[in-house]
Amino acid sequence: EHEVEKMFTLKPGRLPQADVKNVIFFVRPRLELMDIITDNVLREDRGRAPQRDFHILFVPRRSLLCEQWLKEQGVLGSFIHREQYSLDLIPFDGDLLSMESESAFKECYLESDQTSLYHAAKGLMTLQALYGTIPQIFGKGECARHVANMMIRMKREFPGSQNSIFPVFDTLLLLDRNVDLLTPLATQLTYEGLIDEIYGIQNTYVKLPPEKFAPKKQGDGGKDLPTEPKKLQLNSAEELYAEIRDKNFNAVGSVLSKKAKIISAAFEERHHAKTVGEIKQFVSQLPHMQAARSSLANHTSIAELIKDITTSEDFFDNLTVEQEFMSGIDTDKVNNYIEDCIAQKHPLIKILRLVCLQSVCNSGLKQKVLDYYKKEILQTYGYEHILTLNNLEKAGLLKSQTSGRNNYPTIRKTLRLWMDDVNEQNPNDISYVYSGYAPLSVRLAQLLARPGWRSIEEVLKMLPGPHFEERQQLPTGLQKKRQHGENRVTLVFFLGGVTYAEIAALRFLSQMEDGGTEYVIATTKLINGTSWIKSLMEKLEPAPF
Amino acid sequence: MSRARADEEEYWHSSKFRAFTFDDEDDELSQLKESKRAVNSLRDIVDDDDDDLEKVSWSGEPVGSISWSIKETASSSTSSLESRDSGLPKGSSSYTALPKQASSYSLSSLFKGRNKLPSFQSLSDALSDTGVKNYAPELRRPRAEYKDYSSDWSPKDTVRRMQRGKVCSLERFRSLQDKLVLLDEAVAGNDGNVITAVLIFLKRTLRKEILFRELEVRQVALCHLIHFLKETGEQKLLLDLFSLCLSFLSLQLSQYREHLNIQDVEKRKEFLKGCIGLPFSAEDASHIQDHYTLLERQIIIEASDRQLERAGQSEIFRKYPRKASILNMPLVTTLFYSCFYHYTEAEGTFSSPTNLKKTFKIPDKQYVLTALAARAKLRAWNDIDALFTTKNWLGYTKKKAPIGFHRVVEILQRNNAPVQVLQEYVRLVEDVESRLNLATKYKCHDVVIDTYRDLKDRIQLAAYRCKVERGSAEEEKIDSILNNMVRNTA
Repeated sequence: EHEVEKMFTLKPGRLPQADVKNVIFFVRPRLELMDIITDNVLREDRGRAPQRDFHILFVPRRSLLCEQWLKEQGVLGSFIHREQYSLDLIPFDGDLLSMESESAFKECYLESDQTSLYHAAKGLMTLQALYGTIPQIFGKGECARHVANMMIRMKREFPGSQNSIFPVFDTLLLLDRNVDLLTPLATQLTYEGLIDEIYGIQNTYVKLPPEKFAPKKQGDGGKDLPTEPKKLQLNSAEELYAEIRDKNFNAVGSVLSKKAKIISAAFEERHHAKTVGEIKQFVSQLPHMQAARSSLANHTSIAELIKDITTSEDFFDNLTVEQEFMSGIDTDKVNNYIEDCIAQKHPLIKILRLVCLQSVCNSGLKQKVLDYYKKEILQTYGYEHILTLNNLEKAGLLKSQTSGRNNYPTIRKTLRLWMDDVNEQNPNDISYVYSGYAPLSVRLAQLLARPGWRSIEEVLKMLPGPHFEERQQLPTGLQKKRQHGENRVTLVFFLGGVTYAEIAALRFLSQMEDGGTEYVIATTKLINGTSWIKSLMEKLEPAPF
Repeated sequence: MSRARADEEEYWHSSKFRAFTFDDEDDELSQLKESKRAVNSLRDIVDDDDDDLEKVSWSGEPVGSISWSIKETASSSTSSLESRDSGLPKGSSSYTALPKQASSYSLSSLFKGRNKLPSFQSLSDALSDTGVKNYAPELRRPRAEYKDYSSDWSPKDTVRRMQRGKVCSLERFRSLQDKLVLLDEAVAGNDGNVITAVLIFLKRTLRKEILFRELEVRQVALCHLIHFLKETGEQKLLLDLFSLCLSFLSLQLSQYREHLNIQDVEKRKEFLKGCIGLPFSAEDASHIQDHYTLLERQIIIEASDRQLERAGQSEIFRKYPRKASILNMPLVTTLFYSCFYHYTEAEGTFSSPTNLKKTFKIPDKQYVLTALAARAKLRAWNDIDALFTTKNWLGYTKKKAPIGFHRVVEILQRNNAPVQVLQEYVRLVEDVESRLNLATKYKCHDVVIDTYRDLKDRIQLAAYRCKVERGSAEEEKIDSILNNMVRNTA
């Protein structure tokens, strides 16, 4: 429609051939990307006719640093347009928005760079322009306070932004990731969470090993197995996925087999179709049935892949240690399993996740224990990781118990973070997403809705950062008159990232019959323990240029 | 599902709010329009006078803006969306006109800019060098333009404008006092882009000693500057900054980090040596010291081993050529390497495992594990035997393993140790249960049989008889034990 000829992904080297006049670079303002663009532009054939014009669009904002960088490389002048596309929040699903700013947590807590918070506030202003002013703002944490302040300031400075849209959201809850450092460290046990833990979901897509997806034909003898990873999109548009994504993995198998029976029964019906009308009806349903069948086949394969891993001894041992820590067992001494993993040189990220988990569950490790872990890690993985360890300490993930007091048991008991009787098949509590551990962040959201934070003042004081409440006045005409039985809508904004398991837990709360609150989730980035720790690690390879 | 829920559903799916689905291009378009509408209604936040005719004039206005001059085509997201919507050709034509300074509006503004800012130093000299003389026609001064170039904005307003992506002159802030107020405003605004912009301006206009001194009390800004220098690779300035600021900040690690950018090992070693003297915490200091010592060692070992390997005299290097250099490897890897190639060397040499163990205070456990893995790989079973043998003062020998013999067995098994070797260590596993498990798993028949014999478990022994080969020595052994047991009990 806009006569866009082709879309290319950014990579170094010559630009692909295309008979077009305009080339637009659509980029995040990052210096590495600027280098690639420079390379592209410099290799452009000057002699070709017609000359191509270059334009650059920064998402979400123009960056002075990037433009200056381009200038130093001598290519800034090649761009006829330099613009920005203020895309702050990207919709991922019907109830999920993400800024996809992977370094937000690191920037806020390690580099005291709050630009991402500024963007979050801007995104929230845009959201309010679309869906009405949010009358109530709650928050917990340093960053949450900042964002709320910025929103209030932006509103004050531009009184014209007062709009007349009936508010969709009743409440905004801003939560700092560092209020709940524990949750992302634990292994997620929902279906979607496990896919993310094991294969990593990138922008709703996942790449899977192809073996299980080979078309099964007789006599094929597995000659030409596909070698490309299988790429699948995962979102709620797929009926089956929407149903199973947020379930505990242990409950997925039975759903899949039930579905299989229904589908084969449906296909069987063709034998009963006698009249032309019946056959016609059957045929009209075919596309839908076939889609359902292929979706079922895909998810059965994925579930098999995951099961191979979840039934492995190491997964079980790892999970056992995690659960011991979260329920408060033996968090104050050197753990044998962690020691063994270091000796066997398991991936460093796995070690760091466990050590950090232990530290968080003990409100910091004893100095002796911390020193021991540090020494083992540095000797086995290299001294340069002292930088990573230092980052983790700065972020509060790893620390020594200074006060000599372990607050975690109090927090655990008050917020009921550990539930011994978990029902994974038909859950009655959010703790099903981690098979026992109820994510702290979601507990805070749950308790805010009912009975309110006043009941947990003590615990809130133990968690880092201030907690607060703000109100934004609405014109009288827009104030909601709540009808009986109507649900409140709360927007929960996770500053510093959110996991799929936490999303699952919030969706579970939305669906509770007597919940009374529905949740929409926004975040700076979808994370899991591995990607999160990775974002905090020092990049140790020297830059490629 | 309640009625409200259904409504909710309908709300998400209704076409009006399609912005939240990823269906197809059409939707993305409507999504764009949606956000455009949103941005329009946000006009005041994003930009205040976008559609005015005057806009063109000031966007052609480069004068007085230094670093900001590169933003001369600045326009808000609104206009970027518009140009997207209306197709590019139109947009580009209106913009290509700019560099030529064809518009009379821009001439006027250039003129005016000159007057108001007599002492500008411009980065964008190309635009401001010629053609701008005093005779520019005095046109009607657009209101907005007037506002734009009034030079008496407070630092606060300047920061606000910069946040909105507008062209701003920072040159007016000439006194140190003004500059610092500006910086503080930028920091208060939380927008990294603006903070960095101000810092670039300060970096250019202030002596670095003064700048660094002022940043001492402005941690946030300092972090931004460090990050900026890191990103742009200005190593020298960065190190200057570190050396000046070390006294009051915990920047030691940031300086230490710089060693990663040094490719040459000798230089890297020297750099690390320099780091040792920095005021680290006691804990960190010992790690850094170790890092230096390790690299120093590795350089020595690497030089001599490379020579050995080339000469082809040493059997071990001929049989097992090295896969990679040992430089920059972790300590445990280095220990493995030295257990592999230099196991028998005397403690005095740098490359001997015992020397490494002593120098770096490697715990017993770690040492034994590594040595075991290395020697097992070489199938040097005698060395392994010696590793676990301790003599007491009477001269008796005893087997001891700080890691537990079940781990020893695991590692040996992974290295395909023969059954004879394996069973010797299975026998040493203390816990009877796990000894039986391991022995059964790895078919160490002797151990199983002996264990059952010691337990006087006839039934299990008889059952195990079926698992050994017919007519083998093991079968005979079981039979004789069973017979003996009968005789004894009878």
